[in-house]
Amino acid sequence: MELNSKIPEGPIAEKWTNYKFDRKLVNPANRRKYDIIVVGTGLAGGAAAATLGEQGYNVKAFTFHDSPRRAHSIAAQGGINAAKNYKGDGDSVYRLFYDTVKGGDFRAREANVYRLAEESVRIIDQMTAQGVPFAREYGGLLDNRSFGGAQVSRTFYARGQTGQQLLLGVYQQLERQIGLGNVALYNRTELVDVVVVDGRAAGIVVRDLLTGELASHSAHAVVLATGGYSNAFFLSTNAMACNVTAAWRAHRKGAAFANPCYTQIHPTCIPQSDDFQSKLTLMSESLRNDGRIWCPKDPDETRSPELIPEEDRDYYLERRYPSFGNLAPRDIASRAAKIVVDEGKGVGPLKNGVYLDFADAIGRLGEDTIRERYGNLFEMYERITDESPYQQPMRIYPAVHYTMGGLWVDYELMTTVPGLYAAGEANFSDHGANRLGASALMQGLADGYFVLPNTISNYLAPQLGTTPVPTDHPEFKAAEAAATERFAGYLAIGGTRSPDSFHQELGKIMWDYCGMERTKQGLEKALSEIPALHEEFRKDLRVTGSGTSTNQTLEKAGRVDDFFELAQVMCLDALTREESCGGHFRAEHQTDEGEAERDDDHFAEVAAWEWTGDPSKPIRNTEPLTFDNVHLAVRSYK
Amino acid sequence: MSELNVTLKVWRQAGPDAAGSFDTIKADGINDEMSFLEMLDVVNERLINLGKEAIVFDHDCREGICGTCSLMINGQAHGPAKGTATCQLHMRKFHDGQEIVIEPFRATAFPVIRDLMVDRSAFDKIVASGGFITAETGGAPDANLTPIPKPVADAAMDAAACIGCGACVAACPNSAANLFTAAKVSHLNLLPQGQAERYGRVEAMVDTMEDFFGSCTNHGECQEACPKEISIDFIALMNKDYLKSKFKNRRMVSRK
Repeated sequence: MELNSKIPEGPIAEKWTNYKFDRKLVNPANRRKYDIIVVGTGLAGGAAAATLGEQGYNVKAFTFHDSPRRAHSIAAQGGINAAKNYKGDGDSVYRLFYDTVKGGDFRAREANVYRLAEESVRIIDQMTAQGVPFAREYGGLLDNRSFGGAQVSRTFYARGQTGQQLLLGVYQQLERQIGLGNVALYNRTELVDVVVVDGRAAGIVVRDLLTGELASHSAHAVVLATGGYSNAFFLSTNAMACNVTAAWRAHRKGAAFANPCYTQIHPTCIPQSDDFQSKLTLMSESLRNDGRIWCPKDPDETRSPELIPEEDRDYYLERRYPSFGNLAPRDIASRAAKIVVDEGKGVGPLKNGVYLDFADAIGRLGEDTIRERYGNLFEMYERITDESPYQQPMRIYPAVHYTMGGLWVDYELMTTVPGLYAAGEANFSDHGANRLGASALMQGLADGYFVLPNTISNYLAPQLGTTPVPTDHPEFKAAEAAATERFAGYLAIGGTRSPDSFHQELGKIMWDYCGMERTKQGLEKALSEIPALHEEFRKDLRVTGSGTSTNQTLEKAGRVDDFFELAQVMCLDALTREESCGGHFRAEHQTDEGEAERDDDHFAEVAAWEWTGDPSKPIRNTEPLTFDNVHLAVRSYK
Repeated sequence: MSELNVTLKVWRQAGPDAAGSFDTIKADGINDEMSFLEMLDVVNERLINLGKEAIVFDHDCREGICGTCSLMINGQAHGPAKGTATCQLHMRKFHDGQEIVIEPFRATAFPVIRDLMVDRSAFDKIVASGGFITAETGGAPDANLTPIPKPVADAAMDAAACIGCGACVAACPNSAANLFTAAKVSHLNLLPQGQAERYGRVEAMVDTMEDFFGSCTNHGECQEACPKEISIDFIALMNKDYLKSKFKNRRMVSRK
């Protein structure tokens, strides 16, 4: 498989400008002759669909939700980065670029990251013009806060619900295009296959979640903006319906899957309270601006937190990383929490958390200021735990939150299948091995608003005058038949276990062996257990109900089936990457101080896995990464 | 942590046109740390183990922000906890031996799809008719060019916090969507960026709303049910702008 990243020529700061001038254009009058399919209506998909609709293309947008406003982008709390330098504290496009490459532990493509930093500035302008009520200072100008992995204040926010406000902004633009007839929306409709004809993306097969009917749609180009795969772990901060199916079905049709082992474990989530738990809830990283993280020094500590004197507390992040302190990047903060909890110093009834303490900040700034900044987060915490963070410290523990890996894309966001694009969390491109806080919203919006609408014309222009492959083409019929058989198959097994019970068991294997710390031995164990469990799934699954009306159990079965195959390549990727970098920590590769140890000589590369028909034997292709601007260095936050 | 035994009376309906009825389901051994939806997950798991169909209900983020979950619980939209969506409601709010009646959100504009799942796409149609600021991608000026006084930005944010769940409609004796519509109108009409389309927006959105929903008679049930505690003051703001729009837009009601 050839991996051509198509990085434009020229100095880093001119690449995107050069590209935009050199690419082929489609003139406004010709755009209506093209059909584009966009799957997913979160920040990336919604923004792409709206913008392509505005430009004059015929767009079909698909979401499995009842409305585009439900996409999981909505749950992002803390904020969105942009190199505006409104605080005059030394920020610049170059610094955001530098921080992101370094934060990603030197495993991202420089050219993509620089473009992201450039576009970050326009995102804030665009979203403000659309009416996103970002937080403001008394003078009426925009406010900023700080986030992990940066020493400048560059994070824009809307209370603790920035993702919600940005998604509603995108949703409103999308609804406008729907109202104008430029975008046709298919809600409660799930992608079940991608169709490739003569080596190009020809369209998709979808399943109506209310009637179970399958239908084919064809277009000149297909965009997947279908999010990440954290739910492979069962327990994650992702919404219940988040799944890998769209990306995985594309992978099975020839799209390479890059760096699947790069998963982000977010340091500040509410610890699990028991086995019945269905998902974990994130507490925004922005809380680390004012909260101090600590655990008792003594593993046998029994006093309640306010009675533990200063000298008996270990502010371990401040101690180990004095210059970044509580704002150390996510991978580092997560692992540090795991270390103290593994030492038996955990807090709470199950001793599975650490404290995030606001007492100092409340003393310094007053309860009103803290309420203003984090009020809704504190309320959410109290609703879940029945404890008030104004009175006692929060308890937090890391949880799976985001996946940096995803479909391999070139500079144009095109996968290895011509005409098939991936945007937002669904692709792998910008965050390397670790994503900095407040960068996911930035990437989704950059891809959807500014990158894809510029790159897609380069592919479309030469196709002027062609019509999409008709949906009665044998490839579409074959894909429909395969999907019919697949869903009928789940119903026909008639075993004893629900899809959820398999998902839960798979998630436990993944968390134990492919979670925060990975070992060769553990990964090999996972690689023997997963196929066995998948086999049991095929034999003992029980899906009640029918395939011809709303059946959430059946939907779940299809998603879990795909997670089984993905889980294997995640473990294989983690096993082959014999180094530690960012969110991928191999216990065999650490420094004497317990920090991640990269191996740049052998692994400064992207691993792009190719489907072979056997989920246990994919082919590993590589794209070398070169660093001409940010020099490879040991990432230090001390 | 303690265990509860509760009795659920759940609305089951096979399809949009089927007749529905209540099913009585015993839910024993429910841990009070569970969320309400986790309790339903447990009940569904048990139903599947018995070879029965799981109860269909809408849900997704389980963090109270996506607005997908709904449910009338003992006659209250999103249940008994104030300012809380169903997914953030916990079983500790219920007592051992309690009977819990679970129904879908009921309104003509929200037809039942199956069991507890309803179709709320009428909300999207209201937004499509004018719930946006026309600012196509590419031409935006610098974000700090237009300062917005903090109280104005805060008030817009208060309105924009709406999650579009439909509890306001379900709680309203008239099935009116005035709180939902007013929240979106006010969010955009308060901001300087929203002024150019202010009166066109309010007129189009209110007119579309009236195609689907009942009329507001100021009961205030919507504000009580709203999981984001959005104030009915916004309805007054919307009504004021709507009235003005009939003059500003030079389209008198009688000539329509």
